[in-house]
Amino acid sequence: MTAGDVAVRIKGVGHQFGEAGETQYVRALADTSLDILRGELLCLIGPSGCGKSTLLNVVGGLMEPSSGSVEVSGHPLRGPRPSEIAFVFQENALFPWNTVEENVRLGMLFQGVPKSEHEPRARKSLEAVGLADFAKHYPGQLSGGMRQRAALARALALQTGILLMDEPFGALDEQTRMILGEDLSVLLSRTEKTIVFVTHSLGEAVFLADRVAVFSARPGSIKKIIKVDEPHPRNPSFVTSEKFTELRNELYALLHDEIRKAVSETAPTRNGAGGAA
Amino acid sequence: MARRSERTRQLASRTVQIAFLLAVLLLWYLATTFWGVNRLLLPNPVEVWEQLMEVLRSGNYLPDLRVTATEFVVAFLLSTTTGTVVGFFASRSRFWTRVFEPLFAGIFSIPIILFLPLYVLFFGLGLESKIALGATISFFPIVLATIAGFSNVDRTLITAARSMGASDWLLFRYVLLPAALPVILGGLRIGFTICLLSILGSETIASLAGLGHHIVELAENMEMSRMFAYIAFVVVMVALLNAVVSHLEARGRRRG
Repeated sequence: MTAGDVAVRIKGVGHQFGEAGETQYVRALADTSLDILRGELLCLIGPSGCGKSTLLNVVGGLMEPSSGSVEVSGHPLRGPRPSEIAFVFQENALFPWNTVEENVRLGMLFQGVPKSEHEPRARKSLEAVGLADFAKHYPGQLSGGMRQRAALARALALQTGILLMDEPFGALDEQTRMILGEDLSVLLSRTEKTIVFVTHSLGEAVFLADRVAVFSARPGSIKKIIKVDEPHPRNPSFVTSEKFTELRNELYALLHDEIRKAVSETAPTRNGAGGAA
Repeated sequence: MARRSERTRQLASRTVQIAFLLAVLLLWYLATTFWGVNRLLLPNPVEVWEQLMEVLRSGNYLPDLRVTATEFVVAFLLSTTTGTVVGFFASRSRFWTRVFEPLFAGIFSIPIILFLPLYVLFFGLGLESKIALGATISFFPIVLATIAGFSNVDRTLITAARSMGASDWLLFRYVLLPAALPVILGGLRIGFTICLLSILGSETIASLAGLGHHIVELAENMEMSRMFAYIAFVVVMVALLNAVVSHLEARGRRRG
């Protein structure tokens, strides 16, 4: 593997909140190293609080890790890099006082795209996510699924090489997220984007990812990486295939113990709220 | 259908409101014309109306109106600029918010009008003491609303804007300001009302000019119908101003 194939290199990244000894001290992420390849879709999956969102924020330059470093396209990362990295957040990251189209245009304004390109790029990205007819709607007038499509359109219009998605369908119902997952697979197979996708859903991870990184319970670290050898765009029938079921079961087995660990660890601290652990 | 019944209901409540005001006016007329209420205590509404027309025709109200309006405009401009600027900077760090928010809220809860004698001592009986008092009193709701507006902006929106490369100015213009504006407008509206109230009130207590001062003067000279005419004049002016402010506030909220 040559260096050019690596979009993001994560080197020994660890993160903790608070100082050792404080009650709020949480070691979220243990030393993690990982290469994210150019053009791949990597899913991060793991129990709640395993630091996968923390890692995503670190990769996006939104958070400085306590230890370790990140390189994007071979250059060390310090702070957000809007020309290379775009985000799709869990929910409610659209500006509610702006229409869908204005939201997409604002993203480009923030990123510094020349004004003349705003209109065509906004139209193209809204068409790509199937929201062309809702350009003049406000986020409050849309369903949760449509809002996430709009957030995706805003990120696509930025035309970055890397797209980071933090449980983008996490707040949606099962059926909506299934459809959005299928659409996303089609949409992204047409682009050359490198995508990191945080999810809680086993099915979503297998359906979308080229590789799935499974995290252990807190402090999180990568337990295993599973390859999903299936070309994009993924056909809906992939879900019913034997390969899908096998991979899903493998993931489930890997995750089950970690989730148990995470739950038994968080339960008592929640009961004794405020007390030193 | 639904819209129509909504409109009928609105019309009905409006009718009752107007009928109530007319009934009060009628009672007032009957009491002073037939039921022998002392006209020194309560003048006849017809007389009040004639006086009001006289006042409006003669333009005698102009010097006092000019004084009160000047006091109000200067005081409100002062409190608006200082309140929003101080509020914005106090909201920028959690430390300063924690220092100033309870402090301002505490001062806002005491009746500052009690310090009027002090203001008169410092600034005299002229416009300056009313301006200072009006500006002080209306500063607090404005600064508190500004702090609340700017410090409660959804973190996700700020993070999203930053991730897309928003500069400080773009973040302020397109995220912080529209998020905070509805809350700030609410504070400006309260500030507007109590600024006017405290200025008119302090004019009645210690001043040499202004509408409030003139009303007290008329009362002391027992010119009751003229005093009522002036009160009616001020009430209508304030009601009109309030309507304008409400309209502006609603427009600002929609655009924000």
